Amino acid sequence: MANAEAQPLIRIEGLYKLFGNNPKKYMPLVHQGKTKDEILAETGHTLGLKDINLTINKGEIFVIMGLSGSGKSTMIRHFNRLIDPTEGVIEVEGTDVMKLNTQDLQDFRRHKMSMVFQRFGLLPHKTVLDNVAYGLSIQGVSKSESSDKAKEWLETVGLAGYEDQYPAQLSGGQQQRVGLARALCTDAEILLMDEAFSALDPLIRSEMQDQLIELQEKLHKTIIFITHDLDEALRIGDRIAILKDGEMVQQGEPEDILLNPATDYVEAFVRDVNRARALTVETVMKDPAYRITADTIEEALKQMKGFKEDYGYLVTDEGYQGIVTEETLKEAYAEDKSAELTEEHVESVEPIAQDAVLETVIPDTLDSDYSLPVVDEEGNLTGQLSRSTLAEVLGSEEESAKDQAETPPEADKDDTQEEQPKAS
Amino acid sequence: MAESSWLTEIPQLSRGELRDIRKGLDGLYRDFSREYGDVIESLFDPLLTFLVWFEKLLLATPWWLVIIVVTGLAYVASRSWKLSLGVVISFFLIGYFGMWDDTMRTMSIILVCTLMAIALGVPIGIAMARSDRVQSIVVPMLDIMQTMPAFVYLIPVVMLLGIGKIPGVIAVIIYAIPPVIRLTNLGIRLVDKDVLEAATAYGASPRQRLLGVQLPLAMPTIMAGINQTIMMALSMVVIASMIGVKGLGQPVLKSITNQYFTLGLLNGLAIVALAIIFDRVSQSYAKRSQRHMEGLDNG
Repeated sequence: MANAEAQPLIRIEGLYKLFGNNPKKYMPLVHQGKTKDEILAETGHTLGLKDINLTINKGEIFVIMGLSGSGKSTMIRHFNRLIDPTEGVIEVEGTDVMKLNTQDLQDFRRHKMSMVFQRFGLLPHKTVLDNVAYGLSIQGVSKSESSDKAKEWLETVGLAGYEDQYPAQLSGGQQQRVGLARALCTDAEILLMDEAFSALDPLIRSEMQDQLIELQEKLHKTIIFITHDLDEALRIGDRIAILKDGEMVQQGEPEDILLNPATDYVEAFVRDVNRARALTVETVMKDPAYRITADTIEEALKQMKGFKEDYGYLVTDEGYQGIVTEETLKEAYAEDKSAELTEEHVESVEPIAQDAVLETVIPDTLDSDYSLPVVDEEGNLTGQLSRSTLAEVLGSEEESAKDQAETPPEADKDDTQEEQPKAS
Repeated sequence: MAESSWLTEIPQLSRGELRDIRKGLDGLYRDFSREYGDVIESLFDPLLTFLVWFEKLLLATPWWLVIIVVTGLAYVASRSWKLSLGVVISFFLIGYFGMWDDTMRTMSIILVCTLMAIALGVPIGIAMARSDRVQSIVVPMLDIMQTMPAFVYLIPVVMLLGIGKIPGVIAVIIYAIPPVIRLTNLGIRLVDKDVLEAATAYGASPRQRLLGVQLPLAMPTIMAGINQTIMMALSMVVIASMIGVKGLGQPVLKSITNQYFTLGLLNGLAIVALAIIFDRVSQSYAKRSQRHMEGLDNG
């Protein structure tokens, strides 16, 4: 996630779109704050977008999501002015796109942005190779040069050998790969993807998502991705904006939206998300409270007195070592009061990585008698993950709150809780 | 007349008034054609020269060479042995029954008319597809052209240009051009919006969109229009012969006035044979050029 050196590439400010015969005339109504329905009833004009403000940083995948009719497809068509806004500023790399004349706009579309479409938008009368080379041929690049490049990109998306086929001979997934290759072939910095994977079946879709993420790691494009599928948005998005009825409801990082939905609308969306797959350990873990740094058993026992639980995580200069329980320590203390805390007192419990996806750590967390230690890449203890935390995050909120209050974290109970979100 | 008669009889101009209107308009048009007829005729001179040259070329070419060339074209377009064999047999029979020269004349005029209709009709169709306003003007004109009896527009054309090939060509084109215009317009308007949008998004200029996307994708529909245009041009041959266009129409006209049944039938069959050949060849060419659309349902 490229937030550290965030560098704004696209800026949109006060964007309004009113569809109809005479939108300018009715803009004052919009500014008065009338709703979409009121405006439609009064003037016959449809409010497509209302006061959209956003900045998109270089190299990030920015997902705009919303249900059908939320204005997301209208939104993405403003970036390359396939649709002109009624009001507002669209700036790409400091250039005001609205001020471009026909010729400059054409050049802008040729070199700055390329687009992938929901229904592919391939030219049925051209071969796959010519389709991929289309952007370059429009620019007037020579046939041999564009063909060579097109071949490379076809290979990258895994369609080598299909050069001479026609789009109609390919499956949906293959056609969209051609669409993706076509978009990449122009080397445009910005990639607009309009529900690019929505028309594909689920397996192919997740395959394509993986491929996109993989490509992005190499290419570092700025990708604006439209989807109606929150799972997809959470999976590939660095940042997500949620649209409802043409208005921006919430903007933020995936975890942000998942854990702190801004409105009921977003919450309703978030409820159906498979959180186990969308969240990483880091986002839900608790701070490591039971940290033991002692050299001797006596010291360790002293540190443990402050704990609620009867165990702690032993941490040395080399990071996390394992778990020590009060029982073991007391036994050892009874034998020898001044004994050093050594390896034989430590129970080795495999820690979990903080960037692991929650789903992958569910079995370990449930099997373990302790809250599992979480470590970063260098092995330092950064947090702990208990069964009850897991249950709280994965179960719906009211339920888990109740569970936490009433029931001690028993393995059986947790099992059923863990399964609930999957079933829904 | 009684005051109340408008209830039972439709209000009508008097005979004298009607006559004056007719005379006035006829006089105006006559003056116009006397004044500008020669100028307008001279505008068509290059076309006439080409027509005469093309007809002479077809007539001067040995019959076997004509058959070889036509069959060759038919085969290249359709890749069908059966169709090519049919072409050989029908042309041979046409010659055998003494209709060779008339057939060559008809072919030359049909080819010229079709080429002219395409050259005029496709651009008009494109203009219609681009602008709703142009469409709203052209569509009623096409309706008139298609429903107005051919004889009615023969009159002013003959008055202006006299009898001969050029007025014949004009009459045939007026009659035959509507399908190619209509279907060009329709074909372009039906081009998948997504594909066109994709082209725009990649920065295609209007010209690149027209030549690279719209026309190729509209081609099946345009071909259907051209096919219809050829058929209609052929069916106009007999009427055109009334104003002096030589060809298969003239013997038919002669048979009508003299009740020569067999002569009429033979020449009629020759027209049908030409029509079938043109139709099948252009259709199978259109189909072959759309091969890549096959398997569209697989996806």
